Amino acid sequence: MSGIGLAVRQVRFENRAFWRNPAAAFFTFVFPLMFMVIFNVLIGRGSGDASRFYTPAIIVFAVITATYTNLAMSVAMARDEGILKRMRGTPLPAWSYLAGRIIHAVVIAVLLVVIVAAFGALFYNVAVPWAHLPELAVTLVLGAASFCALGLALTAFIPNADAAPAVVNATILPLLFISNVFIRLDGAPAWIDTLSSVFPVRHFANAMLAIYAGTPLAWSDLAVIAAWGAAGVLLALRFFSWEPRR
Amino acid sequence: MADSELAIRVRGLKKAYGEIEAVRELDLDVARGEVFALLGPNGAGKTTTVEILEGYRSRDGGEVSVLGIDPARQASRLKEQIGIVLQSTGLSGYLTVAEAVEMYAGYYARPRDVDEVVALVGLTDARNRRINQLSGGQRRRVDLALALVGDPDLLFLDEPTTGFDPSARRQAWDVVRDLAGLGKTILLTTHYMDEAQSLAGRVAIIADGRIVAQGTPESLGGRDTGKTAISFSLPEGHSLPESFAAQQAGSVYEIRTEAPTRLLHELTDWALSADIELAGIEVARPSLEDVYLRLTGSGEAA
Repeated sequence: MSGIGLAVRQVRFENRAFWRNPAAAFFTFVFPLMFMVIFNVLIGRGSGDASRFYTPAIIVFAVITATYTNLAMSVAMARDEGILKRMRGTPLPAWSYLAGRIIHAVVIAVLLVVIVAAFGALFYNVAVPWAHLPELAVTLVLGAASFCALGLALTAFIPNADAAPAVVNATILPLLFISNVFIRLDGAPAWIDTLSSVFPVRHFANAMLAIYAGTPLAWSDLAVIAAWGAAGVLLALRFFSWEPRR
Repeated sequence: MADSELAIRVRGLKKAYGEIEAVRELDLDVARGEVFALLGPNGAGKTTTVEILEGYRSRDGGEVSVLGIDPARQASRLKEQIGIVLQSTGLSGYLTVAEAVEMYAGYYARPRDVDEVVALVGLTDARNRRINQLSGGQRRRVDLALALVGDPDLLFLDEPTTGFDPSARRQAWDVVRDLAGLGKTILLTTHYMDEAQSLAGRVAIIADGRIVAQGTPESLGGRDTGKTAISFSLPEGHSLPESFAAQQAGSVYEIRTEAPTRLLHELTDWALSADIELAGIEVARPSLEDVYLRLTGSGEAA
């Protein structure tokens, strides 16, 4: 079987295992919706304007959760349990195994986007941007791929499974707060604006907000996301570890 | 032994981690079809050596040939032909036994039949149970099944029964014997002397990065030619003739001899004529554990 065939086969087994843990699967999908409701109620006070902001913003959050957060945590745990080392002892090409995990993460991310967009359309009257579907698809694929790469790169800096949630959250939560995702940046200090522009979350949010607003997509946003993704790939190639760190 | 009859051939293997020399000039030959046990205390270089053979680790020097393949150059070709049971088990708990074996079967060009492998490790009744519902001993058998599904010529078993209860150990030993019966070459590392003794055709003791002794479990370290110890105690008021050259500790005497048959005859002859019962008489060859402790210079058989 080809390396790609093996990767796809791996996705099937990953998927089967994923759905056998219903509690984990349920909260993976409900978590972004909970945030969406809370932000709309508490920060948006139910205004239509706020809903038009929070639907794309939560899509960004959902994609990052499904890729960066989930991949970094599950791979760090699999590494600690010796699952990765065992895989390395078989003829399965290393990249097929990782591709399998990445594809599975992206499938979950796409499902989440569909759920959040439908939720926004049904309960908050935020129209799905059908006219900009190609831009949406490009942004999603680029964003999901880049955050997968960054998640895999991050595992190199996670010492063990117990530290995984702390390290992952410490790297992503502050960015979600300062990048126009959880809180709108209108009227925020200029330095916050400058700082967040360095990181990819802000540009992912810019792109998704533009798609939902029907304004032109700035290619510079996509370029920054891609650059971070490429950096993630290079770091992962250099520092990724298949064995538990002691 | 001709090189083509060797499953593993190692010459002058070296590996250092920074300042620490884990393996120094190690030589090892394992013949095709034999069960070979590698014994040694923690930190002796056992795991490093095995992981170099498995292709997990690079080496600093020396020659290594595993099934005629250099693990450092053709790791993926090698992995088609070997099976590895690691010390710690890493398994996704949400798949069933059969699913996990099926998943691993797909990684190999010519896998064995899934049900056949499940049966071989004695898990047929548990084939549709999820791995996180299995006992520790059953999980270890899943490990073995995953190592076997690629139909390997050579199996690496790293401490396969550590943490097992006695009956689970016996069962695991039976599986290993079955595999040996199929003509597989097995390289086993273990801390248990009885395991090495009952499974392995040949044993090597590794200490401080080198092989310090190798041979059959019966002959290792001169066990077969070494002195036999005969010990017993005498009732109060009796003493042994000087000619027996015994060592005395309290009422217990010990005689070391290279001719135990003759000595026992002389001893019992003397005891019968003096009408003395030799209480608690024991005849002991040096055990594998004695040899191990002497050669590794460690007080603890870790």
